[in-house]
Amino acid sequence: MRLSGLEPLVLNENSNFINVGERTNVAGSKKFLRLIKEEKFDEAIEIARHQVDGGAQIIDINMDDGLIDGKHAMVTFLNLIAAEPDICKVPIMIDSSKWEIIEAGLQVIQGKGIVNSISLKEGEEEFIRQAKMIKRYGAAVIIMAFDEVGQADNYQRRIEIAKRSYDILVNKVKFPSEDIIFDLNIFPVATGMEEHRKNAIHFIEATKWVRQNLENASVSGGVSNVSFSFRGNNIVREAMHSVFLYHAIQNGMNMGIVNPAMLEVYDDIPKDLLEHVEDVILDRRDDATERLLEFAESVKGTTQEKTVDLSWRQESLQQRITHALVKGIDAFIIDDVEEARQQSTRPLDVIEGHLMIGMNVVGDLFGEGKMFLPQVVKSARVMKKAVAYLNPFIEAEKSEEQKALGKILMATVKGDVHDIGKNIVSVVLGCNNYEIVDLGVMVPPEKIIETAKQEKVDAIGLSGLITPSLDEMVYLAKEMQRENMNIPLLIGGATTSKAHTAVKIDTEYKNAVVHINDASRAVTVIGDLLNKQTANNYVIQKKKEYEEFRTKFLKRGKQKDYISIIEARKCKYQIDFTSTVITKPTALGIQTLEQLSLKELLTFIDWSPFFRSWDLHGKYPEILKDTIVGEQATQLFNDAQRMIKHIIAKQLLQPKAVFGLFEANTINEDDISVRRNNKEIAVFRTLRQQLKKRDGLPNIALADFIAPLSSNKTDYIGSFCVAIFGAQELAENHKSENDDYNAIMVQAIADRFAEAFAEYLHQQIRTKHWGYEKDEELTNSDLIKEKYKGIRPAPGYPACPDHLEKDTIWQLLDVEKKIGVKLTESKAMWPSAAVSGYYFANPEAKYFGLGKITKDQVEDYAIRKGISIEKAAKWLHPNLANE
Amino acid sequence: MSKIYKLLQDRILVLDGAMGTMLQAYKFSEEDYRGERFKDHPVSLKGNNDLLSLTQPQAIKTIHRKFLEAGADIIETNTFSGTTIAMADYKMEDLVYELNYQSAKIAKEVANEFTANNSLKPRFVAGSIGPTNRTASMSPDVNDPGFRAVTFNELRVAYKQQAEALLDGGVDILLVETVFDTLNAKAALFAIEEIKEERNINIPVMLSGTITDASGRTLSGQTAEAFLISISHIPLLSVGFNCALGASLLQPHLEAIANKTEFAISAHPNAGLPNAFGEYDESPEEMGSYIEDYLKRNLINIIGGCCGTTPEHIKVIDEIAKKYKPRELKTLSRAVIS
Repeated sequence: MRLSGLEPLVLNENSNFINVGERTNVAGSKKFLRLIKEEKFDEAIEIARHQVDGGAQIIDINMDDGLIDGKHAMVTFLNLIAAEPDICKVPIMIDSSKWEIIEAGLQVIQGKGIVNSISLKEGEEEFIRQAKMIKRYGAAVIIMAFDEVGQADNYQRRIEIAKRSYDILVNKVKFPSEDIIFDLNIFPVATGMEEHRKNAIHFIEATKWVRQNLENASVSGGVSNVSFSFRGNNIVREAMHSVFLYHAIQNGMNMGIVNPAMLEVYDDIPKDLLEHVEDVILDRRDDATERLLEFAESVKGTTQEKTVDLSWRQESLQQRITHALVKGIDAFIIDDVEEARQQSTRPLDVIEGHLMIGMNVVGDLFGEGKMFLPQVVKSARVMKKAVAYLNPFIEAEKSEEQKALGKILMATVKGDVHDIGKNIVSVVLGCNNYEIVDLGVMVPPEKIIETAKQEKVDAIGLSGLITPSLDEMVYLAKEMQRENMNIPLLIGGATTSKAHTAVKIDTEYKNAVVHINDASRAVTVIGDLLNKQTANNYVIQKKKEYEEFRTKFLKRGKQKDYISIIEARKCKYQIDFTSTVITKPTALGIQTLEQLSLKELLTFIDWSPFFRSWDLHGKYPEILKDTIVGEQATQLFNDAQRMIKHIIAKQLLQPKAVFGLFEANTINEDDISVRRNNKEIAVFRTLRQQLKKRDGLPNIALADFIAPLSSNKTDYIGSFCVAIFGAQELAENHKSENDDYNAIMVQAIADRFAEAFAEYLHQQIRTKHWGYEKDEELTNSDLIKEKYKGIRPAPGYPACPDHLEKDTIWQLLDVEKKIGVKLTESKAMWPSAAVSGYYFANPEAKYFGLGKITKDQVEDYAIRKGISIEKAAKWLHPNLANE
Repeated sequence: MSKIYKLLQDRILVLDGAMGTMLQAYKFSEEDYRGERFKDHPVSLKGNNDLLSLTQPQAIKTIHRKFLEAGADIIETNTFSGTTIAMADYKMEDLVYELNYQSAKIAKEVANEFTANNSLKPRFVAGSIGPTNRTASMSPDVNDPGFRAVTFNELRVAYKQQAEALLDGGVDILLVETVFDTLNAKAALFAIEEIKEERNINIPVMLSGTITDASGRTLSGQTAEAFLISISHIPLLSVGFNCALGASLLQPHLEAIANKTEFAISAHPNAGLPNAFGEYDESPEEMGSYIEDYLKRNLINIIGGCCGTTPEHIKVIDEIAKKYKPRELKTLSRAVIS
């Protein structure tokens, strides 16, 4: 077979196996599907380029999706890659089940490609017509082993259809025999169904027959199908792919659609695993499937997994399904669901019956505090897998959609990028049979309202982590009121509070506004809000509760006394700069750090916040032995360790940092003038505490930790930004495989790495780059307890809550250009696993909370910073005392 | 029709030279181009060489005659730009059928005269099908790489009309030439296959690409071998290259395809590269010596010339061609049958 893109690709008897890239396929890649749906062709092209760079000799392009105009997408994409010589150098495989898409594709490729595929499904006449056209357009063709009766699923049918197709093509169409490729249907093995046992061996034997009997013809196939029943266990899947290919290639399979990332080297497969896998692929023993399943459990968690107790497999079907959901075991769920499907009149009954019964048990246990969040997320993973398996059957029946308890819109507000919490709540609600419309991060208010109306959702859930998000939430409540909407609004996220919700948001909107501080409460709150009988009373009750809370809170707020900014400055934190030792940094100026291994950061990780992000509360390492959550925490910790190992081995996350050390002096009491060669290059504006304090206690601002200009001493300051790149993409990959557990895990780990990186860099600064603590020797727990000298406060956090100061850091260090970290309109950092801040080296520098400030400082600050008072008030909103 | 296949086994066939170069010597004015019939045509017609088949048929006949006298076995019709797409520039889309039909008729008349005089050297007419002035696999707009100024279907329809008119006018061969975008050529071949099926005829097709620069690729980016693979799905009489490069620079590309195809190999290079005034000044002897190199290496079945090639060049080429055996055609018979 001779094919061409810009360059030739010739297959002959001596050629190696031809690897077809499969990521540019909307049916196989969720990411590609999303990019095509959103018409982000530029990014979609990068996937094609990545494939070719990665060694794909042909790229398979498929645009078959109900929501895509496949013909338009195919033509647009092919036209665009025609302008990319390093992609279109390889031949194109036009993959579609629709003839009009295939033909549109054939009309825009100048090389000789492959059509994937046609078959005798619609009868001989249509088959001949299509083959004749393909010949006239000048392409090779893949013939599916499919005829009027159906898909070939055993050896005899495979060779029968192949022979018949071949004879028609060669004799009637005069199709060149070397341009004929057979796809002999690779089906899953080890499904537990007796008739699937020979799926692989039949394919392999049929391949051999075709290559011996149908002159010049080739054999291809989509390899990942074979391991379908082991989705979620990549170790076993990779071994299965490799074993299958090994035998299929020996028998003449000469091309195929293979994901190189999902392929173990045949010789590297551990002997015991190899034996189990070959038993299954070659159908060598009656109990091969059971043995591999059993074995699979042991290789899934390579570390110290307990011997797996499979006695539950003997129980009734419903008990098995419930067990799988409660324990989060996905290895058998497809089998069990298939069994349930065959017993049910409609596939939908399996979801509404078997699966919901199991999920209700999960919900109850969770409600009773007997299950923890990570377990629930794993349950959700099993549930999703089961539903994904059933969906095609449900689609086929064309019955109405599953009736959900309600539809909830979830979004992280405009300007904010943090979504771990939101994702967790979505999963928990999803488990409880709510339909989730997740709009993702940085969602503009108009889009939230428009979608809420279009989708007729029953409630809106908003999330945010940074303080400007609070205002976005207030704005959205106002807009919902203006639009006269009448559905409840739920508020969550690290920066939100019952106080803010009661005082600022609840007052803007007539329906219920409920603050939810952990995911487990979300289910009951929404249950009450959407229950038709109790909803009205519940809303009235909530409104009352928030009003009472508001009154109490506002009273309390007014009891505090504040002093004017002028008074506060008189009480500044006093450092004796005549005696204090100022160390000049070893190297002044800006540096970047990109070649760091994540391994270096491992010892700097502070694990306690990791558990908090999963709603498991307690200090690490004690939490691992906690009587209540200990077991779960340990399990979670082990899963995290395993993922970290994988991330490090495959370099899936990339740490990058930029930092700078500069000459500096405090000016105007509260500002820090940053200089290079005595020239001012930036001014950091700091904020001062104004709460009236007991005698002798200072009203601190960060500027107090830097020598004032009047001291005639040159002092120094640093600033930095560290970030972890790649987490978003990894999480998307997991999500696209219905694996929210690992998606959330990736993000939580990336966040930990970002914090660890900040800690690591700070140590490097102290001991090396600035070198004011050259002899420091601190353990990780010392670091967590902040035993070091000097501080690294971050804009947006208590000592310096103004997020706008990030702009100054970004300009000073040229952060976006140097390492690619961006700021959103709300000054959230993107990627979200990032930390930025200042370095203060003075031994007396310490962390503090600004607390509330009054109007006079806001005005003063606005003038100093050169912005309007309104703008300053808006950004300092959460810290304003007199409202 | 199998006569030409038979002849190709026996000897190297000679194709004619450059119609355009010969017409330049006439220095036709705007009025000459227009003639009586098109004196009120709304746009300028000077440079529309295809039109001369209607307004200056004697000149066209004379040129054909000169090339035949010089020894050409195959002459090309004066229809390089004879599609609705290329004629749009002159607002002469409606004239396409007539232009092709008349050009074919003129060429066939002259060729028949020569065949009648010497039946041992039968002369053939190849209907010239140019690339049009648009590309189907490239965007003319660098800022919009996905845009296409012409589609496969538009090209297919235009080529079909041209080919049908050429066949009606009596051509023996169709020559799809100066292919700079393989997708354009595939559309032409598609159209020809449709005609073959509809009329139940088997017309020999020659296909000739053009390699535009020393990188050895077509304008649309394909290597010589990729180009060959992309158009080999249709049984061709010959495949080869023309134009763009002189005879000496064309040689490696001919070698790249010669042992990878069962089709006959053709070449009609330019008479060297254009000089500072855009003229081709390679002498017949120089060009002949380069071409003799091809023939010594047994690369060629059909040889001729493109831009700058005059009857004097063809005369030299014909004399050289007589001295050498053609490239061996092992399985060409298969192409005849299918």
